[in-house]
Amino acid sequence: MDHTTHADHAAEARKEIRKVTGILTVFTIVELILGFYMMRVPLDEQSKRTFLKGIIIIFMLAKAFYIVAYFMHMKHEVKNLIMTTAVPLTLFIWFIIAFLYEGNSYKNLRNTYDGHFRDRKEIKAPVKDEHEAVKEIKAVEPKPAGE
Amino acid sequence: MSTTTTAPADKLWGGGKSPFNVEYGKLMMWYFLMSDAFTFGAFLISYGTIRFSSVGWPDPNKVFKSYPFAAEHANAPLVFVSIMTFILIVSSVTMVMAVQAGHQMRKKAVVTNLILTIIGGLAFLSCQAWEWHHLFTEGAWWGRNPFPNADGSIASTNFTNYFFTITGFHGFHVFSGVIINIVMLIMTLTNQFEKRGHYLMIEKAGLYWHFVDLVWVFVFTCFYLI
Repeated sequence: MDHTTHADHAAEARKEIRKVTGILTVFTIVELILGFYMMRVPLDEQSKRTFLKGIIIIFMLAKAFYIVAYFMHMKHEVKNLIMTTAVPLTLFIWFIIAFLYEGNSYKNLRNTYDGHFRDRKEIKAPVKDEHEAVKEIKAVEPKPAGE
Repeated sequence: MSTTTTAPADKLWGGGKSPFNVEYGKLMMWYFLMSDAFTFGAFLISYGTIRFSSVGWPDPNKVFKSYPFAAEHANAPLVFVSIMTFILIVSSVTMVMAVQAGHQMRKKAVVTNLILTIIGGLAFLSCQAWEWHHLFTEGAWWGRNPFPNADGSIASTNFTNYFFTITGFHGFHVFSGVIINIVMLIMTLTNQFEKRGHYLMIEKAGLYWHFVDLVWVFVFTCFYLI
């Protein structure tokens, strides 16, 4: 192989690595900014929180794409290889929709028909600082032998 | 055979060449990673299902708010875990550079970048060990959860069970990745790849290492951010 084209290729690959590193860093920082912003959104503003979570998930998927496509070189593989790994993974679309729907439906059913479950969310946890909690656990649970 | 050698060059499945244009071991690494993705996916979907079926869930910003050498009542949510995330991204970058150096048969660069990757992996594991220890001293473990739900009601132990199981499973992957990278480093130093004439093994180890980083992207988002 010609030496100069080899060097060119290497330089190009280095450029690509730098670019993808930059993108991953920026995306992570944006995610963190959204995370910090979400801390100030009150719990009862559910739709706003869900919206922010959706944006964070989009950034997460974008990061996953860049890692797989460039760091793992998937983008430069033969199309058939991409398909044999990507097509089975599309099952996840169905898994996620079906299971989250199921979980939500179970919550609603129990909220409607299970009084105990419904009342549970009204029971407030006792407010205590973490050191009291530790003392309590140590008092309740005897140390297992050999520890 | 004459039939294979005369197959048209544009036909991928005409025979005489690898239709996926990739070495057997690397192809199988891809399929292993795909199956591993299903394992992690099953864990995370199970976590999501339980979270959707619960009326309340602890606020991650109130649970993960400390960092090493911090004052006892430190309140710095997201800070420590972002450091962990960046450590893993940087170690992924050094792994790419090791693979790249392997392509060009630059043994010295491979060794340097592999060592950096191993250091990154160990740093991540140390961070996770500290975090687990810290949560344990706060009273969290499998089967016990000292953290109330975000609305102040009593939480079940689902939160800690899923947290320790999934981050533990991911941490175990990081650990095996570090071991694999150490084996790669030893093989590089003993000139095994120089003798073979290629560094394809590093590429396979690299695929595994990037997958570990990829899983962390999902774990980080699901447990700490949302």
